[in-house]
Amino acid sequence: MSLDLPLVWAGIIAIGVMMYVLLDGFDLGIGILFPFAETPEQRTVMMDTVAPVWDGNETWLVLGGGGLFAAFPLAYSALFPALYVPILLMLMALIFRGVAFEFRLRGRRAGKRFWTAAFSLGSLVATFAQGLVLGGFIQGVKLSGTAFAGGPFDWFSAYSLIVAVGLVAGYALLGATWLVWRTEGALHARARAWAWTAAAAVAVLLVVVSVATLLVHPAIAARWGVAGDGALDIAKLAPKLPIPLLGAVGLAIVAVSLRRGAHLWPFVGTILVFASGYLGLAVGFFPDIVPYGMTFRQAANPDNTLALLLVGAVILLPAIIGYSLWVYWIFRGKVGADAQLYH
Amino acid sequence: MDFDALLLSRIQFAFTIAWHIIFPAFTIGLASYLAVLEGLWLLAKKPAFRNLYMFWIKIFALSFGMGVVSGVVMSYQFGTNWSVFAAAASPVIGPLLAFEVLTAFFLEASFLGVMLFGWRKVGPGLHFTATALVAAGTLLSAFWIISANSWMQDPAGFTRLPDGALRAVDWWRVIFSPTFPFRFLHMVLAAYLTTALTVGAASAWRLLRDPAEEESAIALKMAIGMFAIVAPLQLIAGDLSGKQVLTVQPAKLAAIEAFWESRTDQPFHVVAWPDRAQEKNHLVVEAPKLGSWIAAGSTGAFIKGLKAFPPQDRPPVFIVFWAFRVMVGLGLAMIALGVWGVFLIWRGALERTRPFLRSAVIMGPAGFVSVIAGWIVAEVGRQPYVIYGVLRTDQAVSPVGAGQVSVSLLAFIVVYGIIFTVGVVYIFRLIAEGPKPTAASDTEPPVRGRPPGYALGAAPDQPDEVEP
Ligand code: HDD
Ligand code: HEM
Ligand code: HEM
Repeated sequence: MSLDLPLVWAGIIAIGVMMYVLLDGFDLGIGILFPFAETPEQRTVMMDTVAPVWDGNETWLVLGGGGLFAAFPLAYSALFPALYVPILLMLMALIFRGVAFEFRLRGRRAGKRFWTAAFSLGSLVATFAQGLVLGGFIQGVKLSGTAFAGGPFDWFSAYSLIVAVGLVAGYALLGATWLVWRTEGALHARARAWAWTAAAAVAVLLVVVSVATLLVHPAIAARWGVAGDGALDIAKLAPKLPIPLLGAVGLAIVAVSLRRGAHLWPFVGTILVFASGYLGLAVGFFPDIVPYGMTFRQAANPDNTLALLLVGAVILLPAIIGYSLWVYWIFRGKVGADAQLYH
Repeated sequence: MDFDALLLSRIQFAFTIAWHIIFPAFTIGLASYLAVLEGLWLLAKKPAFRNLYMFWIKIFALSFGMGVVSGVVMSYQFGTNWSVFAAAASPVIGPLLAFEVLTAFFLEASFLGVMLFGWRKVGPGLHFTATALVAAGTLLSAFWIISANSWMQDPAGFTRLPDGALRAVDWWRVIFSPTFPFRFLHMVLAAYLTTALTVGAASAWRLLRDPAEEESAIALKMAIGMFAIVAPLQLIAGDLSGKQVLTVQPAKLAAIEAFWESRTDQPFHVVAWPDRAQEKNHLVVEAPKLGSWIAAGSTGAFIKGLKAFPPQDRPPVFIVFWAFRVMVGLGLAMIALGVWGVFLIWRGALERTRPFLRSAVIMGPAGFVSVIAGWIVAEVGRQPYVIYGVLRTDQAVSPVGAGQVSVSLLAFIVVYGIIFTVGVVYIFRLIAEGPKPTAASDTEPPVRGRPPGYALGAAPDQPDEVEP
């Protein structure tokens, strides 16, 4: 077969992770916005907008982890020990946020209060931990051969903290614009206010994270045509300019559509912002899969394994996307207060 | 890569997987049970079936949620704690785990939403399909993960390159490795038994309070039917698994039966106190010659004892021996409960025979205990290998420090302690409420134009929805 299997799989996993970020991003964003709701009923409605779909959304995370294991085991086995602490923090937080969907319904007074808090804290901590994972990844992982050879807190730095704060703002924006789209009345009005705040924060943090990323590793700056002394290499920079442009367009769409009172467009704009951020980071390290010491080709499984995987993915991924869309279609429309009648 | 990180990682893995398996063991069976109940409701339109469906789906939702979050932990732990294993095994079993995600997890997770929240959004046929797909998803998930685990127990269809890396040469033999069929069967039967015992216990408990509750009487009879058939089958499946263990993992078999010497006419140790240091058993109660007969089918069979293996290749015998006896002992008790139950149904005395109802309540947790005991037999008995004969456990661990692992282990114990306690309390509360008749107008699907999230079995009688 002449197919470049490692490249195909790098693409599939990149798309899988992007799907996760967008889909669980708005679920987690709703958790982050939970404390700002005015009434318990609003919180219930917020949760109801995602209750039927959150589990499917989180499964993209399992695909990301499982896909990395199956296609790029050397990356999986180098990255995960390196990021042990933030990954476990994320998992624990996701446990609280996940069970809270059902537990919050069953709790009486104190229980309900506890699981409300667990949902929002779990969402916040999970997002923050994902930001730390991302930051720790971008700034690079110390390898000896193919194994991780650094210390337990290598991932911890000013850079990873900035990225984590940026991700919290980003998910909050996803959550807020999702609510703008899917709710009505007082909650809808609140969600608009949240979206404004989150969009402003995202705009600032996007710039901060971009600059910090250029500073965090010389390899990244070189990719963008920024030399150590600050000189710009326009020939290198120019082809990549559409990426930040995309982010600016996304933010503009969010702002204009929020001002005009649109419902769906702010969410679409946010997706563009995320796409821009995602591509912008990818440019810095691709083709490394463990920055800056292992390319995706070095990490890949042999072709016979990747080929079998691809056969499965080609059949199953379209089916998965198809029925996921169907489920979203079933639960389309605005969610109102009467939705709180639960099983 | 110090020793402590290894030991702590083993404890953490054992703890988190044992916690995880509690939920699949229950939800695999319960998903199928719900599909049967909904099917019966659609066919017979008898309200009791719908009430039972509405009742058990709430308990299902709670358990499934706990199963999902603990499962996500598992799939990341291969990397965080067992990175050497992950890198070595992935070329061969990577696709198996990926197919589990692609065939099973997405299916379960997506249609779960329709199952829990779609009662008034889709027609009855589609809703039933969603339930059935969730049930199919749980079975597919078991298929792939047991396939991966069976390959680790008895690797086949692969080769080793000169540099030690593993490569698959025959995918069919990787997926259907020799021990897979019986182990898959044994696990699925275990899940069905576990569910039947739990449903039986909850129903028996309700009948002890109110012998006239129609739903609980039906559910108890269904449960008895299940364990009357499945418990004896489980004995057969387990015996077949054991015979395979004898050929593929003789050291595990010797540990299961606490055989030290290699000989024919092995005795069967009913109880014993195996002593690794002195290489013998204390406090033995045994049946002569029966050991060879049970393990190999004939008293004259020559069976290896633990002394035939160098000490560093022997699994821990005490825990394997006793875990096996717990599993088999409970299995026999389940068979007895099934026979007794069928007898009472035949006599028409089920709802009023309090000793039976009490026994059924007591046996409620027996499935969970057996499942965990069975996995301890399988996994501890496989030691010191993680991939049998290929990779030793002490070489499979990640380069992480003992400090991190002890903190994460402690955190897991606290977090899982909280979640488990609260989950069980909520499930008991639901059981105490019992299956309630649901007003037909409330459940008649579908109502067009309902808001999303207008969920199944809506309980407007939930008294205190208010939050301060
Ligand atoms: C015999 C069955 C069985 C066994 C041995 C395991 N699991 Fe499991 N797992 C299931 C049966 C199952 C299930 C029935 O499919 C679950 C339980 C409840 C649920 O939500 O799905 C599940 C959930 C579940 C999930 C969440 C799926 C989702 O998002 O919907 C993951 C990621 C895993 N498991 C991963 C694992 C790993 C890595 C295991 C081994 C180390 C493992 N499971 C053992
Ligand atoms: C779900 C039921 C399971 C249970 C209850 C279980 C239980 C255990 C236990 C108790 C150990 C520790 C043995 C020891 O260290 O002495 C262990 C080890 C291990 N098991 Fe399982 N297991 C299960 C399923 C699986 C599956 C499906 C896989 C892989 C596909 C798996 C992979 C492993 C690995 C990699 C180890 C090595 C780590 C260790 O020794 O602790 N297990 N398991
Ligand atoms: C009644 C007699 C039983 C016998 C003779 C028996 C036998 C066995 C044997 C020999 C194993 C080890 C297989 C291996 O290591 O590959 C095993 C594993 C196991 N048993 Fe049993 N068993 C019995 C009952 C039960 C019951 C009642 C349950 C649960 C309800 C159960 C659940 C399990 C599980 C979950 C495993 C681990 C998975 C596997 O390896 O197949 N068993 N059993």
